[in-house]
Amino acid sequence: MEKRHDFEKGEKAARIRGIAGKAVTYGLLTLWAFIVLFPFYWMVLTSFKSYSAYNSEYIPKFFTLSPTLQNYVDAFTTVPLARYFLNTVIFTVITTALMLVVTVLAAFAFARLNFPGKNIAFTVFLSLMMIPSELVVITNFVTITNLNLRNTFLGLILPSVTSVFYIYLLKENFEQVPDQLYYAAKVDGTSDLKYLRRVLIPICKPTITTITILKVIECWNSYVWPRLITDDENYYLVSNGIQEIRENGFGRENIPAMMAAVVVISIPLIVLFLIFRKKIMAGVVRGGTKG
Amino acid sequence: MKVVLENLTKKFPGSGRNAPKEVVAVNNFTFEIPDGKLVGLLGPSGCGKSTTLNLLSGLMRPTSGRILFGEDDVTRLPAEKRGVGVVFQNYALYPHLTVRQNILFPLQNLKGAEKLSKAEMMKKADEAAKLVQIGDLMERKPKELSGGQQQRVAIARALVKMPRILLLDEPLSNLDARLRLQTREEIRRIQKETKITTVFVTHDQEEAMSISDLIVVMKLGVVQQIGKPQEVYDNPVNLFVAKFLGTPPINVFEGRIQGGRLYVGEDALLAVKGVSDRKVWVGIRPEGFVLKENGPLVCHLNGVEVMGRDISVVAVHKAAETPVIRAIISAESKVDVSAENVRFDVKPGKVFVFDRETEERILFETN
Amino acid sequence: MEKKNWKGWLYLLPAILFLVFFLVYPLIDVFIYSFEEGYHSASQTYFGVGLYNYSYVLHDPYFLQAVKNTFLLVIITVPISTGLALLISVGLSSIKRLRELYQTIYFLPYVTNTLAVGLVFMILFKKTAYSDGLVNLLIQWFGGSSVDFIDGPYWAKMFVLCFYTIWVVLPFKILILTSALASVNRDYYNAAKVDGTSKFRIFYRITLPMISPMLFYLVITGFIGAFKAYSDAVALFGTDLNAAGMNTIVGYVYDMLYGNSGGYPSYASAAAILLFWIVLTITCINLLVSRKKVYYS
Repeated sequence: MEKRHDFEKGEKAARIRGIAGKAVTYGLLTLWAFIVLFPFYWMVLTSFKSYSAYNSEYIPKFFTLSPTLQNYVDAFTTVPLARYFLNTVIFTVITTALMLVVTVLAAFAFARLNFPGKNIAFTVFLSLMMIPSELVVITNFVTITNLNLRNTFLGLILPSVTSVFYIYLLKENFEQVPDQLYYAAKVDGTSDLKYLRRVLIPICKPTITTITILKVIECWNSYVWPRLITDDENYYLVSNGIQEIRENGFGRENIPAMMAAVVVISIPLIVLFLIFRKKIMAGVVRGGTKG
Repeated sequence: MKVVLENLTKKFPGSGRNAPKEVVAVNNFTFEIPDGKLVGLLGPSGCGKSTTLNLLSGLMRPTSGRILFGEDDVTRLPAEKRGVGVVFQNYALYPHLTVRQNILFPLQNLKGAEKLSKAEMMKKADEAAKLVQIGDLMERKPKELSGGQQQRVAIARALVKMPRILLLDEPLSNLDARLRLQTREEIRRIQKETKITTVFVTHDQEEAMSISDLIVVMKLGVVQQIGKPQEVYDNPVNLFVAKFLGTPPINVFEGRIQGGRLYVGEDALLAVKGVSDRKVWVGIRPEGFVLKENGPLVCHLNGVEVMGRDISVVAVHKAAETPVIRAIISAESKVDVSAENVRFDVKPGKVFVFDRETEERILFETN
Repeated sequence: MEKKNWKGWLYLLPAILFLVFFLVYPLIDVFIYSFEEGYHSASQTYFGVGLYNYSYVLHDPYFLQAVKNTFLLVIITVPISTGLALLISVGLSSIKRLRELYQTIYFLPYVTNTLAVGLVFMILFKKTAYSDGLVNLLIQWFGGSSVDFIDGPYWAKMFVLCFYTIWVVLPFKILILTSALASVNRDYYNAAKVDGTSKFRIFYRITLPMISPMLFYLVITGFIGAFKAYSDAVALFGTDLNAAGMNTIVGYVYDMLYGNSGGYPSYASAAAILLFWIVLTITCINLLVSRKKVYYS
């Protein structure tokens, strides 16, 4: 009896410890969630405050009772935000599309075709993965300048197209498709290209989706190359646009309007993320752990 | 250590939209395991045998009922305080530790008065290793061992802290056929030597039959029958148990009892006494057939498989539940393979009759 | 096997063209640039070959400041972000309710524009004539005295930079570690639990070794990423990082190339190659250390 009493006491203590541990865990997780979310809240909040209200608040308010859309109007009229936006969309779509074509073809060659020098070529490809982009940006800058491609979409897009890592990722995936499918298609007289289009690509759609999403994120947020290669605001992407707005836009620092611009350029990726949440996170894990 | 299960019940809340409200994994299980015995929990997947094992180890808490180790009520005791040794199905050997470190691991957890000195730990680990005969593998990593060796390490790790009971989850399922035979003998030997009450779970009836002192046959959370392996085989309480035990499996026919005779289809098989007329299932063990020129059971002969000591006669009977039935007869018997039909008599002790509706066993006497 | 033919190269051709033109050639060229003394970008002429560019860069106070900033950033953010990510991931793995919600929130910074959110951070930390900014108000509320984190003392600027960098890199690390933790077989934990292992010991002796390859991967990529820091700093302090005293090595490279102080591809190349060697050395040291510490399955 004595012993059993002990057990129950121990169990009670363990349960209390468990609850306390849970509470601390949730507390810390919530704290970090708060730190992550707060800048987003602040940017949305500020974007709805009027210019005068914002500047008169020595102690910033955590809410606003008179939300205004004026800042959004300003963001689109005072600076060419729509133009930055459009530029980024054009840049992202074309770069991603080109990347997909190049990557799919190369991955197919490495995974499925047999050609002289294949192994050496692949080794060279792999070693290219280690070259940091910071190293090659210098010559690319000079090349594009010499070709008179500064302030053109061509100059923006061309050096951003290839990614050895994506070729590698897709090649690995293509190789998992059984050889028999290829031979079956060959026996039926299917051409390589048709096999690629009708069989391989549909089967490997998840990986292709993954690299597409990763590339879109990369393009949408790219800053360094566009900054080097454009100084005409007609060709600015959103990142450069934001930097431009910060340094020269809206006359005297109109922070609410700046925040409106920030909200506008942040929304597309956040919406994309919320829709494809599972796919994107799984893709990042795969992309991150394969390398 | 005697182990008692009293009205043990475990319910899981249903998950998913279309799932039933709750799943009863183990239903009202009462059983006393005598000290020092090897008990096999047997049943198809989903029968609750693994849940029972988890309840014993303390990794799960029962919804109701009690578990006693000896006189101790351990029902509400967490796993770490129960003093059980568990061998997991995939062995769960820590891949980054050597065999020695794996075996030492449980000992290093001991605290307070139970704490051991380094030398004592080493001695115990060596003893455990010697018991399972892996003394020369101590410095290797698990991935450098074969499946059978990993199994031994897992057993050594479970035994090193002298558990009150030993639990094994599908101990042989990850081994190939040859190792399986060898390892099950090994488990039997170790259990005999240590005399630790041992419970293991398996879906393989042959495995359970071959080494257990007692087997427990379970189905959908309900215990069907408990007994010594041979007893259960010879006296199944219902159709499920009869079908589950034995390779090749028992042959089941639709039959009826009419006027004191047992019919399979239209063939009058046996005279039976003291049973009223009704529809039944008739189960005949493969070894229960005897070739006989004008035997009562007439089957269409499909073929003969020679298996060395025995031969297996494959035949078709229209009342049979399965497309073909199998009879195991001694290799000396002559079977005319060109004949269209084959006729059998049966050994009454190898014939079981079950109610068609309840599938419970109907006992009968022959003349 | 089907017979070999040259058609494969046809499929590779687009990739090869892009890579040779924008990756291989520039790689060779950057080394050449770095040894060409007095290169003039307009006339594309130079008057000597040697190590002068390296010597110039190594004696440039801006470069030394950038190296100092970068090293500080690396030393502070890599351990903190990895540790914090580990803490958060372990917390995440121990709960069931609200887990997906937390995971989604934590991942948000990954998909947001660094420059854009950097502006928000700047506003939160900046002290202006109209307002001390939110963070300073908090500091005052707790009894401290306000400080301008954006244009103020060096330590304050470094703090914001580190804070923002951690905020930006954490989503990736949390995600990778959460998935690494989830991939540890439950049976190991059950086996340890049955043996009466304490929670701390389970974490230290089982969880940590099992996820050590991923942890190590994050440390290496963390080092490489932090050494290449640039846009976080731009987001907080504007494009003229030298003036703010907050330049990074990559920032120095770009400044040498372009902008008000630009037009010196040779200096930029020398600095970029120096950075490359630093990163390579650190990565090799990391790999050597890990040999002993990391368990690979």
